[in-house]
Amino acid sequence: MTAAAEGSQPLSLGRRQRTSLLQSEAAQGFALISPTFIYALVLLVVPILVVVAHSFWTQNYLTIDRTFTLENYRIAVTEPIYLDLLRRSLWISLLVSFFTVVLAYPIAFYISFHGGRHKGLWLFLITIPFWTSYLLRVMSWKVILGYNGVLNSGLMGLGIISEPSTALLYNTSAVVITLTHAWAAFAILPIFVSLEKIDRSLIEAATDLGDGPLRRFLRITLPLSVPGIVSAILIVMIPTVGDFVTPKLVGGKDGVMIANAIQAQFGKGANWPLGAALSVTTMLVVTAMAASTVLIIRSAARMAR
Amino acid sequence: MPERSQNDRTMIEISHVTRSYGAFKALDDASLVIREGEFFSLLGPSGCGKTTLLRMIAGFDNPTSGTIAVDGQPMAGIPANRRPTNMVFQSYAIFPHLNVEQNVAYGLRRLRLGAAEEKRRVEEALAQVSLTGLGKRGAHELSGGQRQRVALARALVMRPKVLLLDEPLSALDKKLREQMQVELRRLQQAVGITFILVTHDQYEALAMSDRIAVMFGGRIAQVASPKEIYQRPVNRQVADFLGGMNFVKAEIVEENGSSLVVDTLGFGRVKTEKPKAFVRNGGGATLGIRPERLRVLWDDASSKFEVAGRVIERHYFGEITHLIVEIPGLEKPLSVTETNDFGADDIPVGAPIRLAYDPDALVALAD
Ligand SMILES: Nc1ncnc2c1ncn2[C@@H]1O[C@H](COP(=O)(O)OP(=O)(O)OP(=O)(O)O)[C@@H](O)[C@H]1O
Ligand SMILES: [Mg+2]
Repeated sequence: MTAAAEGSQPLSLGRRQRTSLLQSEAAQGFALISPTFIYALVLLVVPILVVVAHSFWTQNYLTIDRTFTLENYRIAVTEPIYLDLLRRSLWISLLVSFFTVVLAYPIAFYISFHGGRHKGLWLFLITIPFWTSYLLRVMSWKVILGYNGVLNSGLMGLGIISEPSTALLYNTSAVVITLTHAWAAFAILPIFVSLEKIDRSLIEAATDLGDGPLRRFLRITLPLSVPGIVSAILIVMIPTVGDFVTPKLVGGKDGVMIANAIQAQFGKGANWPLGAALSVTTMLVVTAMAASTVLIIRSAARMAR
Repeated sequence: MPERSQNDRTMIEISHVTRSYGAFKALDDASLVIREGEFFSLLGPSGCGKTTLLRMIAGFDNPTSGTIAVDGQPMAGIPANRRPTNMVFQSYAIFPHLNVEQNVAYGLRRLRLGAAEEKRRVEEALAQVSLTGLGKRGAHELSGGQRQRVALARALVMRPKVLLLDEPLSALDKKLREQMQVELRRLQQAVGITFILVTHDQYEALAMSDRIAVMFGGRIAQVASPKEIYQRPVNRQVADFLGGMNFVKAEIVEENGSSLVVDTLGFGRVKTEKPKAFVRNGGGATLGIRPERLRVLWDDASSKFEVAGRVIERHYFGEITHLIVEIPGLEKPLSVTETNDFGADDIPVGAPIRLAYDPDALVALAD
């Protein structure tokens, strides 16, 4: 269309092109997002560049030596303590995202399929715990899991254990439990959205073709909600790896994660370049893990036909 | 098209089925018998309860009262996935994550026929709906007509006793719709499965069905063959819904078992067949005549039965012309549909005109 219109008036071609560029949808869209875009650039890309740059430098007591080196990366990937922390962080975030999705799915399913007219209310109720500060929620898990905590008293009251268990708090599982709870709402929402998008007549069609409730869930609902599951996993997995508050508060000695080590390098350790190299390594490994998880889920869904 | 010989075996028996939503009855005491191998249509305006009835046969909904039996077996308590019926959904409900082949094989998978037999049946079903070769296409790579065919193949491949179709053609454009009407009818004749078609398009129902049930407001008004429904509608509502109809006020002069003698202003004294459901309501009745059953009398041609009047409007429709003719004594002008081969499109507005009719084309209607 535009090409034809321009061709018919070759003399004013230059001007026309400029206006059409300014009026093109892409340009308008760009103008529309530019405040956000600049904001994101300053607050996301710049810090990342700063971190990446630091990771190639060397800390020299109080100054930073800006000659290029890979020494920080060598330490990050060979030093057993960092490898161990990284491995543990990945394992914890994998567990957390798995349990979060497993717990969130039935809730999202229930709201989407049986929420009736009150879906909005249900979602609203789910977000209520998240109005309180994250620290308060972590603290309340301390109260639940602690030596004199709710769980221990309860189990003792029931006569299941005779003295308080110390196995509940200050370990990996305490971190997993706390993080799973913390991320639940963020996993419920994307799964809920993808379930809502499933055309109910597809489920009726599956029923009509002979599938009972379990089969049609496995063959229709589950595969079609994979996008929601994938976003939930990504939303949970990526920030979890970098969490340092939770392991600090409920993780004890066993629950330390890579972010605690990174924080230490930027703080007490005063070795920013090493901290930066650890951050970059973690980012890359998390990206790889997230990508392979997504691929595995996608192909599993494809197999389930 | 050769008519497949139908037997009189009952395939579906719907008796006194009511479906209420609170005080509102979406379906009100519907009773119906559908025979084996029949192409049966449920016809009616939007909201009359067609889908409600179809969904109850499929098992997606249950009657508030009344019973439904398929092939002699009562359906109460049998879930949709165990009924011998399959459905073509109005939205087609093609599984978006599966390709054409996988869609068609969906219901077969559970039957564990073995790969070879499953493939054979899928191929056969795709051939039946002229989709051979498109098996590997993704669900999103299909046109509306192709999606409709996939939905059809997916249901047919299950070899159901009854195939239920909820407005399967309404999303297609006119030309494709007409082509699919013919194809669907041909397919039904070939496979011999009982088809129940829901439609609000009277021409579709007339063109495809062995029998039609016309529904209004949750009630079944008439069940008959297309010809009978069209020519002998039981009441004004049915007559009006199935194409145009001229209504003429009449006085009942004589009524006996099977016939009715009435006096009209325009058509004089007429003896007509009395409709089965005729309920006399005082001395009045209504006579109906279809616009195409009135013929223009040219020049000095004459007919034993004719009315005279004046053309007040003319509408041109290509192969036909629609004339609105005022007849002295009639409170409403008559509409006349005339083919254009004799020049009906040239009749000037205002011209005097004479119309011939066959008294058999006049039907008495209960109000
Ligand atoms: N879940 C429901 N709750 C209340 N009323 C309903 C419900 N489902 C259907 N109805 C009502 O029942 C009536 C019949 O609905 P149905 O879907 O059977 O109509 P239809 O004849 O198929 O119409 P259309 O041609 O528009 O599809 C309608 O008036 C509709 O509003
Ligand atoms: Mg409907």
